[in-house]
Amino acid sequence: MSKTIRLTPPLGDEDVRQLEIGDRVLVSGVIYTARDAAHKRLIDLINAGKPLPMEIKGQILYYVGPSPARPGRVIGAAGPTTAYRMDSYAPTLIKLGLKAMIGKGKRSPEVIAAMREHQAVYLGATGGAGALISQCIKAAEVVAFPELGPEAVHRLVVEDLPTIVINDCQGRDLYDVGVAKYRREGNG
Amino acid sequence: MREIEVSQITRAVKDAAIAANYEAGEDLLAALRRGMEEEESPAGKEIFRQLLENAQIAATERIPMCQDCGLAVVFVELGQEVHLAGGSLEEAIQEGVRQGYVEGFLRKSLCHPLTRANTGDNTPAIIHTEIVPGDRLNIMVVPKGGGSENMSRLYMLKPAEGWAGIKERVVETVRDAGPNPCPPIIVGVGIGGNFERAAYLAKKSLVREIGHPNPDPELAKLERELLVAVNDLGIGPQGLGGRVTALAVHLLMEPCHIASLPVAVNIQCHSTRHKEVAV
Ligand code: SF4
Repeated sequence: MSKTIRLTPPLGDEDVRQLEIGDRVLVSGVIYTARDAAHKRLIDLINAGKPLPMEIKGQILYYVGPSPARPGRVIGAAGPTTAYRMDSYAPTLIKLGLKAMIGKGKRSPEVIAAMREHQAVYLGATGGAGALISQCIKAAEVVAFPELGPEAVHRLVVEDLPTIVINDCQGRDLYDVGVAKYRREGNG
Repeated sequence: MREIEVSQITRAVKDAAIAANYEAGEDLLAALRRGMEEEESPAGKEIFRQLLENAQIAATERIPMCQDCGLAVVFVELGQEVHLAGGSLEEAIQEGVRQGYVEGFLRKSLCHPLTRANTGDNTPAIIHTEIVPGDRLNIMVVPKGGGSENMSRLYMLKPAEGWAGIKERVVETVRDAGPNPCPPIIVGVGIGGNFERAAYLAKKSLVREIGHPNPDPELAKLERELLVAVNDLGIGPQGLGGRVTALAVHLLMEPCHIASLPVAVNIQCHSTRHKEVAV
């Protein structure tokens, strides 16, 4: 039976270990954004042995490239982007202690294995619900790579950002389990 | 001969780009409501509820429905009795996109393919111009998201594969896309033509109102058959499992070479945006 859990980083192993696929997770507190270009920069820094612009250990990364904020607003639309494009970078960050990623779409077997080995989870937010999700974002500031525009790393303060556990620390995948329930044999 | 100032085109494109991103079409809203009723999975129903709420927030708060405000595809129908004055059609449209994306606080999502440097103003738009009889000028702005575009495919089938082969490829494309293109989706299928024409037909099929049956009864029947096959995959809203993976399948077909059977499958996410204006 799926449950609803509230999470606020920094997270420890026990915070993510209690999560199972299908659980609803409401995320609050500080999270960081990063998508394609920012991931490449982060990994380049790690490979060069340089410090990162933000803490990774115990943190949550949100795969998003928001639209610009109107004057007086915190942020524009801010829904998740497709996660597989970050798959080649994610295991390195998970090894450094990243505890959760928020995105949409399938992860690779390598990422799922890394989550299992190092106790991390992948949370799905609703793709295309950028306006709705923006309402949960209370503050936003660019903390690294401002030249990347929408791809810059933002520090977000969020309140009850709605997500669902897609991959838990046991290597399970909600996409596989959920789809199997509603597939009709013969046609697919 | 009717004369149109190109500055009117710029204004029309700008307004359409902004409106398309903020305001969900009535056809989409109706399809989402229908989907919410038909969906059997509780998680899927909840997604439909979120998407309807999302559309409402976007319209009232004047914020894009999705942060991926898309690559602007522009379909132009230009009457041959029209004379355009004061500049070029191409530049007028690009300027409209530029102004719309900057002034509308829309995300600029275009970049150099290799350096990945952002072009800064979401240009260039991709423009398809058709010269038609008469003196009308119709412009349809269709911002297309990258997530669903990435899951699209083009197949050059053997003619012997026929309809069964086409159906198999459409289903395979949707199955492999899974949760990635933000289902519920609309599946645009272009059959025939040649390599580039099939892709164009698939894209063009997407601008039809969702749920509007194909005017050709034969194609309408094939669309229904594909819709059942695609929804039987069980992918469901956001790929969480469910009975409504696609809101519709749209098909366009044209003759092709005797040696070929081109099939293009263009996946459109639920954030389907198109705004048509007559100048
Ligand atoms: S696939 Fe569509 S709904 Fe999903 S993020 Fe991209 S543009 Fe938005």
